[in-house]
Amino acid sequence: MAVVWVPALMRELTGGEEKVEVVGESMREVINNLDVTFPGFKDRVLDGNRLRPTLSVALDGIVISKSLLEPVKMDSEVSFLPNISGGSITISQWGL
Amino acid sequence: MTSVARQQYKVVGTSPIRHDGTDKVTGRANYGADIHHTGSLYGKVLRSPHAHARISGIDFTKALQHPGVKAIVTSVDLPPMEDKVMELGEEVINYRFLRAKILADKKVLYKGHPVAAVAAESSDIAEEALSLIDVTYEVLSPVLTAPEAMKEDASLLHDDLFTDEIGYKSDKPSNIAEHSQFMVGDVKTAFSQADVVIEREFTTATIHQGYIEPQNATAIWEPDGRLVIWCSTQGQFGVRSQVAELLQMSVSQVKVIPSEIGGGFGGKNPIYLEPLAALLSRKTGKAVKMVMKRDEVLEATGPAPGCYMRCKVGATNSGKIVAVEAYLAYEAGAFPGTPVGAGMRCMLSPYEIDNVLIDGYDVVNNKPKTAAYRAPGAPHAAFAVETVINELAEKLGIDPFEFRLRNAAKEGTRKVDGTSHPLIGYEETVQAAYDHPHYKASLGGPNRGRGVATGYWPNGGGPSSCTLSVNSDGSVSLIEGSPDIGGSRASISMQAAEVLGLPAESFNPSVGDTDSIGFTGNTGGSRVTYATGFAAYQAANDIKDQLINRAAVIWGIDKDQVTYNDGIIESKDDPGLRMSFKELAEQLNETGGPVSASASVSPMGAGAAYAVHIVDVEVDPETGKIDVLRYTAFQDVGKAVHPAYVEGQIQGGVAQGIGWTLNEEYFYDSDGRMKNVSLLDYRMPIAMDLPMIDVVLVEVANPGHPYGVRGVGEVPIVPPLPAIADAVYNATGVRFYDLPINPSRVVNALQCLKGDKK
Repeated sequence: MAVVWVPALMRELTGGEEKVEVVGESMREVINNLDVTFPGFKDRVLDGNRLRPTLSVALDGIVISKSLLEPVKMDSEVSFLPNISGGSITISQWGL
Repeated sequence: MTSVARQQYKVVGTSPIRHDGTDKVTGRANYGADIHHTGSLYGKVLRSPHAHARISGIDFTKALQHPGVKAIVTSVDLPPMEDKVMELGEEVINYRFLRAKILADKKVLYKGHPVAAVAAESSDIAEEALSLIDVTYEVLSPVLTAPEAMKEDASLLHDDLFTDEIGYKSDKPSNIAEHSQFMVGDVKTAFSQADVVIEREFTTATIHQGYIEPQNATAIWEPDGRLVIWCSTQGQFGVRSQVAELLQMSVSQVKVIPSEIGGGFGGKNPIYLEPLAALLSRKTGKAVKMVMKRDEVLEATGPAPGCYMRCKVGATNSGKIVAVEAYLAYEAGAFPGTPVGAGMRCMLSPYEIDNVLIDGYDVVNNKPKTAAYRAPGAPHAAFAVETVINELAEKLGIDPFEFRLRNAAKEGTRKVDGTSHPLIGYEETVQAAYDHPHYKASLGGPNRGRGVATGYWPNGGGPSSCTLSVNSDGSVSLIEGSPDIGGSRASISMQAAEVLGLPAESFNPSVGDTDSIGFTGNTGGSRVTYATGFAAYQAANDIKDQLINRAAVIWGIDKDQVTYNDGIIESKDDPGLRMSFKELAEQLNETGGPVSASASVSPMGAGAAYAVHIVDVEVDPETGKIDVLRYTAFQDVGKAVHPAYVEGQIQGGVAQGIGWTLNEEYFYDSDGRMKNVSLLDYRMPIAMDLPMIDVVLVEVANPGHPYGVRGVGEVPIVPPLPAIADAVYNATGVRFYDLPINPSRVVNALQCLKGDKK
């Protein structure tokens, strides 16, 4: 199962757990499955159907574009990070 | 410059003369202010004299009647925007705030905030008209620093701004736009087990990027509804998307032509004049040109944020850092959005630490909306943590480089954000500095001190496009989507040249407008040589394949029998079948047609950059003046495509870091009015203030790029702040925790040290 590092400000959803395991073959599936186990997770990280603009997501150490279609492997690691924003520009799509 | 190079190439790693050099040194290069259209009008902006006020009314009747005035726009001319956060290409923008930044609606939120814009037959007439516009203000008290803005009873900039914590909103409106947090391990227990704990408070001032060319824009609203904009920008596609959304147009109706750019350093990502020139052109049917003056650049474009920070670090007597706690509050200016997230993510990336708590706050205040500035957010946080780490090393009696090596991050080290480092070169870069003669050299006199510090920047990737066309004379035309700020015409051409086995001089590079090249993210994040270079690499390989196929057709043999090496195409079996690139290029049109290739890519494997700096200073105890005597910057650059440009990037970053540390500061009065609005009073370092900045390039190749490229332009501004502060301490015995360390601060501190002053 993929390992998800839970943002500190969302750990009340996971009972304080820093990382949790989840199945899912894409980022969208991972988030949907997290929401089943930890209700409310999806609303925190998504804004409608897309990742919240103030967040980036890293898959196996690499910040990916905001596409939730990104494939996730069984042994993948997923991290949600605050965006590196240089003012009005948010540079998540630049792999930062 | 010295280089610790590992991999050698034929073109990559050399330093040819820049393609745009002649145009630039002869003054032929076209900057935004050089754009002229027959019958053009000239636009000027009326700006708020107050840092915080409600607008009760705007009467521009007299101004509109002034001879030569053709049009005036205010916020009512901008389409209304709801609280709409949109991701357009590489940008995430709240358009309600963007609209309010372009033209103030009900409130002005900083001195210099645009209130109206005028188009007239000349700049002088437009300026005269500004004085005839009558704006009625209800003046409010401003909040100028993050701690002030965060108080419960602080004057609110936005009645409808609530603190966001990943989707959770505060109950009450606040000047704190966002709170982020990293928490790893058990900080409380770890601190209790530390042998030494040091905690300090820090502040840094609002500072400007200091690009020489002011913002400018010329717009023509064509009769068919198409809008064409010429401007100085770090991203023509970013301008297109923002202007289109703001004016409720389709992106296909907007064409943005990037002019030559006279510096940006992050500050030319946002838009300011472009929508105003467009609206004025729509009203008048004529081209409208707008160019800022220096005071407008300083007061009303996006500076780097000032901040307040606390940093606490605990270590064992053996020199192992066991815990870090940090609090970062960055000033966003009038609208949300600071690089505090970057500060949080970067500050501990040189280290392996098991217990960390970092809180970051994005705080609005009555200053211009901040923008990116070279490694946005990272220098602030590095100033805090690197200073405390130097203090810890001293207290433990451990050499500061040795202390860093004992705690160094390496491949596989987990960062505070939960991700792990790929292959990085931090240890190699620290070791290069540790072993360098500068570190052991005599300081050579009294009142002198040496300081060290390190820094990190993750670097960027993302969408980039490049097109190559083979010309019949054997040259190659190259169009890149990245505005060339730091020499990318050369660095991109050289990567294609390496693939094709051609000299860099065979390339004619240019920057495309939004209609002539595929989407490309802004020039920023230290992403261009990596990502646009990746596109050039792919396009060049496509050209190579096409030329192999064409030679096979010409020779009537299978393409598998054709090889391409160093610009020579030949048959594997028949030594008589051999052509140079140029000889084949001459035959293309009559053997099947021209050869060109485009590549659009979005590589996300940018390798992080590390910098390690050593600096010597001399402090005049009478005047407080600090002279930087010697500076050596070590940096892991992956692979220096053009070493001379890389050296220049590093020297530029250091120079800006020296200014940030020693002199630069937005000086505000209590009413929030900036008092030093010229480059005479806003004191950036000039050549006479600086020593030769020596550079040592360390090359730990990035596995995510075919030539091992890592971005180089941003990380060199990260270590100067703590390194110089450390050097000043070693010269004076006083640690400075507030920037800038200007002469008055130094004199005051030295007097306190002597007991002359409290």
